[in-house]
Amino acid sequence: MDKVKKIPVPARYAINTLLLAAFLLIGNTVIASGSVSRAQSSIVLQIGIYIILAVSLNVVTGYLGQLPLGHAGFMAVGAYAGAIFWKSCTLPRPLAVILGLVLAGIVAAIFGVIIGVPALRLKGDYLAIITLGFGEIIRVIIINLPDITGGTPGLSDIPKFAKSTSFLVVFLCVIITCFAIHTLMHSRHGRAILSIRENEIAAESCGINTTYYKVMAFAFSAFFAGIAGALYAGNQGLLVPGTFDFMQSINILVMVVLGGMGSMSGSIIAATVLTALPLMLQSFSKYRMIIYSLLLIVVMIFKPSGLMGMYDFSLSRLLEKLINWKPGAKKKKPCDPEQPEGGASHE
Amino acid sequence: MSKMVPIPSPGMLPERDADKAPILEVRRLGIDFGGLTAVDDFNLTIGRTEIDGLIGPNGAGKTTVFNLLTKVYQPTRGTILLDGKDTAGMNTQQINRAGIARTFQNIRLFRNLTVEENVLIGLHHEMDYRSVSALLRLPDYWRAERIAKNRAAELLSIFDMQDLRYAQAGSLPYGAQRRLEIVRALATNPSLLLLDEPAAGMNPSETAELMENIRKIRDTFEIAIMLIEHDMNLVMGICEGIAVLNYGRIIARGTPDEISHNPAVIEAYLGKKDGEPNA
Repeated sequence: MDKVKKIPVPARYAINTLLLAAFLLIGNTVIASGSVSRAQSSIVLQIGIYIILAVSLNVVTGYLGQLPLGHAGFMAVGAYAGAIFWKSCTLPRPLAVILGLVLAGIVAAIFGVIIGVPALRLKGDYLAIITLGFGEIIRVIIINLPDITGGTPGLSDIPKFAKSTSFLVVFLCVIITCFAIHTLMHSRHGRAILSIRENEIAAESCGINTTYYKVMAFAFSAFFAGIAGALYAGNQGLLVPGTFDFMQSINILVMVVLGGMGSMSGSIIAATVLTALPLMLQSFSKYRMIIYSLLLIVVMIFKPSGLMGMYDFSLSRLLEKLINWKPGAKKKKPCDPEQPEGGASHE
Repeated sequence: MSKMVPIPSPGMLPERDADKAPILEVRRLGIDFGGLTAVDDFNLTIGRTEIDGLIGPNGAGKTTVFNLLTKVYQPTRGTILLDGKDTAGMNTQQINRAGIARTFQNIRLFRNLTVEENVLIGLHHEMDYRSVSALLRLPDYWRAERIAKNRAAELLSIFDMQDLRYAQAGSLPYGAQRRLEIVRALATNPSLLLLDEPAAGMNPSETAELMENIRKIRDTFEIAIMLIEHDMNLVMGICEGIAVLNYGRIIARGTPDEISHNPAVIEAYLGKKDGEPNA
């Protein structure tokens, strides 16, 4: 039996980093040069934001195995935190953008902890109901604080990201999100979160502090949802509380379920398709929702576990298969299941 | 195949003094479910490196005893001293950290994860890096993960399962799943291992092999083992002490030989088939 060739870890990182850098550079040049229409570039940026939302929700739904319905609430918290910061901030622009994004994430993570604590006692539909309530409470609070948040008409004149860097800002955040979630899930902390999904009693009897890891998963998920919210604010320049309603949470959840709970590449693909589809179908606006719903129904009938199931795409694994491929060779042993960073975020 | 490091690797085992007091002392333990007394007046002492059996007819309360010891249920009465320390107020996770690991009658593996990941979850506390190291993939992440993966392979090699480490746990045959549960429990570095029907679903040759392995585990890890089992060959073959439970109370305690001749046990458990012990 000959040896299975493997790509060493530094090489894997180098390959992925190079590809992602090329992706960022090309994407940013295309968007900044103005060769695509305004509408098209806005779709692309929205895709990026929804990828972050779907991938971060996947931490709680797919990996922790809970069903929260208030993800838009975390997004709202981040969006308003970022927007208010940027409006009052006088720091130089690049620094302000970074600080605003981090702040948005932290504020949302604090709310994640607040919602994570009661969630420890609840499971399944009960958790769904309280998180749903939480999302609505956030929205109602925002409406009722007109001095800070602008109330129902919304918050306007938020400093927008410059057109020349908006792609870079959004997709760098996408890559960082995917990388962070990937590395966390392939560590002892991530395995502890997975063990809670798989069997909570067994996890406890393996010495896993399930309380701690549930809160951690909620906070982690909320952190990135907050960043996505701030990116949304920075791209639109205008925030209306109506954006962050219950339907928004459902929308994100649908992406995760369609892509496959527990699969990051699934979430990315589903977020891309489901964001692009309604916008691209605008010319058939009559049939738009029918096509959208049909797609969901068809996928759920033929692949109930979602497009990707629990499988995650890995570029290095694919390359290793190609290196080791021999015509007529017998089925090989499974390779290292390690998936290198964010390789999947490059579509 | 790379050469396996001998088990246990140095530094991974805590100092265990065999002359010290018993590892587990249970006094007048009891629990009520509503009006039903499931376990009552349960007393037990297990020595540091003893293999003990807990037997009894179906519904006698054996698994309940395990659930009480691991605090899946909080006892209504009584004290549990683990290594001389009272475990009152601890939860399941703290009990495991204090030194009791267990397997389950209805297997509770992390089915969608790989065999290796199952063991690595058991090794959670052997790895000490923080989440920042994991997020940024700092050197201590790589170091701890490498050590833990080697350790997982070592532990799996007890049952000769190291080649299955990338298989999905839920896809393993029944017997292998039971063995994996034992490996996962051992990974948490216990001083007392509770096995709930380890031989269930195994054929006679697998059971014989399991017996050997349980002995081997006791000898190499120098830990106490308590097992619930219906297979009398296994119980009589490896247990040094046996407790018989019926209707939540201990009706007999002694060596395998004493138990098999105890009239109360024969009546309650072995039935009246004289010499046909498989109930």
